[in-house]
Amino acid sequence: MSSRARKAVGRNVLRKEGHDKVTGAARYIDDLTFPGLLHARTIRSTIPAGEIVKVRFKGDRAGFTLVDHHDIPGRNIVALIDEDQPCLAERKIRHVAEPILLLVHEDREKLRAADVQIEYRPSTPNYDPERSAITFKKIAIDKGDLDAGFAAADVIVEGEYRTGLQEQLYIETNGVIAVPGSSVAGAAGGITVYGSMQCPYYVHRALVILLGLPAGKVRVIQTETGGGFGGKEEYPSMMAGHAALAALKTGRPVKLVYDRVEDMLATTKRHPSIVRHRTGVTRDGRLTAIDIDAVLDGGAYATLSAVVLSRGMIHAAGPYRCDHIRIRGRATMTNTPPNGAFRGFGAPQTQFAAEVHMDRIAERLGLDPVRVREINALRPGDTTATGQRLGKDSSALQVLREAVTRTGFRKRRRALAGTNRGIGLSLFFHGSGFTGAGEVKLAAKASLALTHKGARIHVASTEIGQGTRTMLAQIVADALGVRYDDVDVNAADTGEVPDSGPTVASRTCMIVGRILERCAEEMRARLGRLTPRQYLRAFGPLVITKQYERPAGMVWDDTVYKGDAYGSYGWGCDVVEVEVDRDTYEVRPTAFTTVHEIGKAIHPMLAVGQIEGGSAQGLGYAILEDVVMRDGRMANATLTNYIIPTSLDTPPMQVVLLENPYPHGPSGAKGVGEMPIDGPAPAVINALRHAGFDLREIPATPERVMLTSSVESTQRTPRTPRKSQAWV
Amino acid sequence: MGLTSVSFVSFVLNGRRKKLDVHPLKRLLDVLREDCGLTGTKEGCGEGECGACTVLIDGVPVNSCLVPAAHADGTRVTTIEGLGGRHRLQRAFVEHGGAQCGICTPGMILAAVALGPRPSLHDIKVGLAGNLCRCTGYSAIYRSIQQSHV
Amino acid sequence: MLRDEGPLVPMAGCTDLYVALNFGTLTETRFLDLWRLDALRTIAIREGALSIGALATHTDLIRSPLVRRRLPMLAAAASEIGGVQIQNRGTLGGNVANASPAGDTLPVLAAADATVVLRGAGATRRVPFSSFYTGYRRTVRRPDELIVSFEIAPIRGRQRFRKVGTRAAQAISKVVMAVIAGETPRIAVGSVAPTVVRARRTEAALAAGASVAEAQRLLLDEIAPIDDIRSTAEYRRRVTANLLARLLAPRSA
Repeated sequence: MSSRARKAVGRNVLRKEGHDKVTGAARYIDDLTFPGLLHARTIRSTIPAGEIVKVRFKGDRAGFTLVDHHDIPGRNIVALIDEDQPCLAERKIRHVAEPILLLVHEDREKLRAADVQIEYRPSTPNYDPERSAITFKKIAIDKGDLDAGFAAADVIVEGEYRTGLQEQLYIETNGVIAVPGSSVAGAAGGITVYGSMQCPYYVHRALVILLGLPAGKVRVIQTETGGGFGGKEEYPSMMAGHAALAALKTGRPVKLVYDRVEDMLATTKRHPSIVRHRTGVTRDGRLTAIDIDAVLDGGAYATLSAVVLSRGMIHAAGPYRCDHIRIRGRATMTNTPPNGAFRGFGAPQTQFAAEVHMDRIAERLGLDPVRVREINALRPGDTTATGQRLGKDSSALQVLREAVTRTGFRKRRRALAGTNRGIGLSLFFHGSGFTGAGEVKLAAKASLALTHKGARIHVASTEIGQGTRTMLAQIVADALGVRYDDVDVNAADTGEVPDSGPTVASRTCMIVGRILERCAEEMRARLGRLTPRQYLRAFGPLVITKQYERPAGMVWDDTVYKGDAYGSYGWGCDVVEVEVDRDTYEVRPTAFTTVHEIGKAIHPMLAVGQIEGGSAQGLGYAILEDVVMRDGRMANATLTNYIIPTSLDTPPMQVVLLENPYPHGPSGAKGVGEMPIDGPAPAVINALRHAGFDLREIPATPERVMLTSSVESTQRTPRTPRKSQAWV
Repeated sequence: MGLTSVSFVSFVLNGRRKKLDVHPLKRLLDVLREDCGLTGTKEGCGEGECGACTVLIDGVPVNSCLVPAAHADGTRVTTIEGLGGRHRLQRAFVEHGGAQCGICTPGMILAAVALGPRPSLHDIKVGLAGNLCRCTGYSAIYRSIQQSHV
Repeated sequence: MLRDEGPLVPMAGCTDLYVALNFGTLTETRFLDLWRLDALRTIAIREGALSIGALATHTDLIRSPLVRRRLPMLAAAASEIGGVQIQNRGTLGGNVANASPAGDTLPVLAAADATVVLRGAGATRRVPFSSFYTGYRRTVRRPDELIVSFEIAPIRGRQRFRKVGTRAAQAISKVVMAVIAGETPRIAVGSVAPTVVRARRTEAALAAGASVAEAQRLLLDEIAPIDDIRSTAEYRRRVTANLLARLLAPRSA
C-alpha cells in the first residue's frame, strides 16, 4: 500500500467526467435510444380545479397506446412524504398541468399532432396561501419567554416580506426512459428506468409502490444529469412512473422527455413566501425578542413542503443570538402546480425576510448594518432558535468581518450615499445534511470495493454538475492512501449501489463523504502492507459497506422542534453593489463579494464553482426571475419570457473561502451546495434601500422599483450611463 | 408541417462530406442528432434562447434549433465532436471549472471558438450572451477561455 | 409562383419562424426560402440614400461601416437583438416582416423615415415605413410581394437609441425608443402600442419650441401601452416619458 500518493483533498484535481462533458461524449437522457423505442406525451389538465367528466381521443388511434390510472397495477400515488398526489389523475383536478393520461406512439410528430379533448366540471380555485382550507404542515419553534423578551425591548420593529416563485431552470429538461425488464440477476420481468435525476432511490421507492413490484424487480439508473438545483429531486418519481406504466403496457422501451415549455408549466418551483417579523430590540442594538409568522405556498399537493417548511423555520431567525424566540410556520395548499425542492429549501425565503428586517432594525436605531449584526451574530457557545448549542465550527463574526474588510464596506457606503448606487450586505447560515433526526432515520449506506489499482465507490449520490464523483474520489483516495486517478465511481444504479440517500440538503460531501472516508479507513487497515492487487490475489474481492453514524451528543426532539437541528452549519456573508437607472428603474448588480466558511474545501475550484453559480442564481432570484401566474397557470413558460441571468447580467464575483473544520465531516468539510443562494436577495434589497428604494419583496423588477420611487426620476441626478445599452 | 418529402442536403460535417436525404425544413439540430448520430449538440429550449444547440456554420455560431437543414447545404458545419478532444478550449474548460453539469458546455465552447484568439473580457461577455449557463455564474467560463491561451 | 399558387411564407434567417415551428404554433405549411439570395444582402449608397437589403443580418448591420456612419442607431439596435447566434441569422427584413410591436429595429426605421421597397410579380413599389403597418402584426405587404430593401435618406441631427429589455442581453423590449434630436426632432417608440409609434404631434410641438415636460405629456397621449407578461402599462408610460427627456438632452447619457 502506497502512502506516498500525493494528497488529493484540497487540490483542484481534474473532474472525473470532465473530458466527456467537453467533447460531447457524455450521454444525457435524450442522447440515449433503445431498439423499438416509443415516445410518450403527457396529457394534462387545463383547469386549476374541478373534475374530469369525459376524455375523448379525436382522430385515428392507429399506433397509439393510451395509458391512464386504470393501468396502474399498484397504488396510484407518487410516493414521497404524504400520499396525496396521484400519478395520473382519476377524477379530481387540483391544478393546471396535472397529468391525466399518457399517449404513446413511435412517431413523435404524430404524437404531437394527436388531439385529446377533456371535458371538465370546474370548481372555484384558491390561489391565496393565507386563505387556504388545507394546511400541509405546521411548525412551531419556541425559545425562552417571548413576553419577557418584548418587555425588555426599547423598540419594536415590524415588517412583512414576500418572495415569489422561482424556476430551477436546469438547462437539461426533465426526462426518463423506461425499459421493460429489470436485468437484475435472478429477477425476470420488472422494469428499468434511466433518467436525469438527483435521487435514484426516491424513484425506486415510488416505482415499487406504483407498480406493486418487489424491490428487486425495479432498477433505476441515473444518466448524466444536466443540472438539478432541487428540480430533479422529487419530480422524476412522477415521470418515471408515467414512462414505466407506458413501457409495461406496450412491452417496449418508452422515452418521456419534456420540452422547455412543459417542463416550466408542470414541474415544481420554489415556494413563494410571506414572512412577518416582530422584533424587540434595545436602543443599543441587542435583540431581545423575535416573533416570526410565515406562510409557504405549497401548491396543489404536499410534495416536500413539510421539510421545506422545516428548514425554512429553523433558519428563520437568521444567524443571530436571542433568548426569546417564537416562530410559527405553515405550508398550505393552493390550486397551482405543486412547489417543491429548490436549492436552499425554504432557507432563502426566511433568511431574505430576516436580513432585510435586520437592515430596517439598524436604520430604526441609527446603527450601521455591520454593527447591528456584530452585536447579535451567533458565537460559539450560543444557542440557536431550536436551542442547539453551537460549537467552535461557527463562524458568523469571521465571515462578516472578512466581507466588510474585503469590500471596504463602510467607506463604500459613505461614498455611494446620495447617488443612484447602493451597497448592501447579508449575513446567513445554512445547516448541512438532513434536518434533525433525518439522517438517523435515513441510515444512509455507502460501499467501497477494492479494485486492482485502488477502489471503486458505490453510492446512489448523483453527479449533477456539482462534482460529486470527483470530490468523493478525493476523500477516498486520501483515506485509502492511493492516487486520485485510481479511485473510480460506479454509476448511480440501484441495481449496483446501496442507498446513500438523496443528493440534496448539502449532505453529499459532509454525510456521504464521511461514510466513505470510514469505509476507506477500514479498507486501508485490512490491506495492511499489501497492495490492492496483492490483496485481491490472496483473499479475493473486498467490499466495505458502512452506515451513517450520528456524532455522539447530537440530540433532536421532533415533537417540540428542539435540539441539534444539523450536525454543522456553513456561514456566509454577501456584499453587493447595485446601480439603479433613474429613468428605467433597472437594477444592475455591479460588484459582488461573498465570504463562505465551509469547513474544508475538498476541491477549492468546485467549491468556488458552487458559490459563484449559487450566487448568480440568487441574483436572478433577487432581480430578474418572475414567474407570472395567470389563472393558476404559468403565463411566461418560455426561456424568452422567464428571465434568468446572462453573462451580461452577472457581475464580477469575488469569492473568499474560509475553513473552520467540522470534526465529524471528511477532512473537516461541511456542506456547500445550497448556502450560496441564501444571501444575494437580501443583500440586493439592502443595497437598494441604501440607494433610496424601500422594497420588501423580490424580485426587484423595474416595475416594482418604480412603485417605490415617488420622485419623478428625470429630475434626479447624478446619473450613470449604461455603456452597453445607451447609444450616444 | 409534415416532414415526409425527400431531398438531398450535403455539407461538410467536421471535415467530412455528408450527403443526407432529409426534409429540407428539418431542424439542423435534429439532422445532427438523429441522422448523423452526433448527440454532443444539445437542445435546451427550442426557441433560440439558451444556445445549447450552438454549432458553427462556415465558422459562424448559430442556434441549430432554428436552422433548416436546407440552409446547411453547401456549408461547413462544425459540432463539438469536430474539435476532437484536445482543443485548447476543451482542455481549459476541464482545468478551470468551465464545465459543471456539462449540458451547456458544447454550445458554450463553440461560441468561444468563434471569439477567436485572446478575446477581451468584454468581448467574451458579449459573445456568450446567447449561451445560458445555470451552474457556473459564468465566471469560471471566462477564466477557462482566458486561461486557454496560457 | 407567389401569386398563382396561393400564399407562401417567405423565410430567411428563421429566428422567428422556427420558434413558431418548434412551439407548434405555425399554421402555414408552404414556405419560400430567400436565404440564398445574396443580392438582397447588399448594403450600399444609392442615389444618395442608404440602401439596406432585406436579407442583411443583424451582424451585417453591426459591422457595416456605411450603417455605422449613416445610421448608427440601427447598428446599436441590431447589437441588442438576441445573442450572436441570433444576430448571425436574423435579418432586417425579417424583423420588419415579423411585425412584432416589440421589434427592436422598427423605431429606428420609423424615426429615420425609411422607405420599404416591395417587389411583386413584375412591379416594385415604395412604401413609407410609417404607413407600412396597418395594425397589430399586419402590414401593407401583399401575399405576392417580398420586402427587398430599405432606403434611408441622409439624416441630420443626433441619433439616439435606447432599448429597455427584460435583462441586459437576449431580451424582448418593454420599451424601445429611437430619437433624432435637432431642429426638427423625430421620435419613434416600440412596445407601447399595437404597432411602432411615430410621435408626430410630439415632434411638431418640440419643433415649435415646446418644453420637454410638454413633450412628455404629448407623447403619453400618442402611445397606448398595455399590461402583459413582461411589464405593465404604467411602467411603459413612465419609462417612455423618462427616456424622451434623456434622449433629447444635449449631452447626457
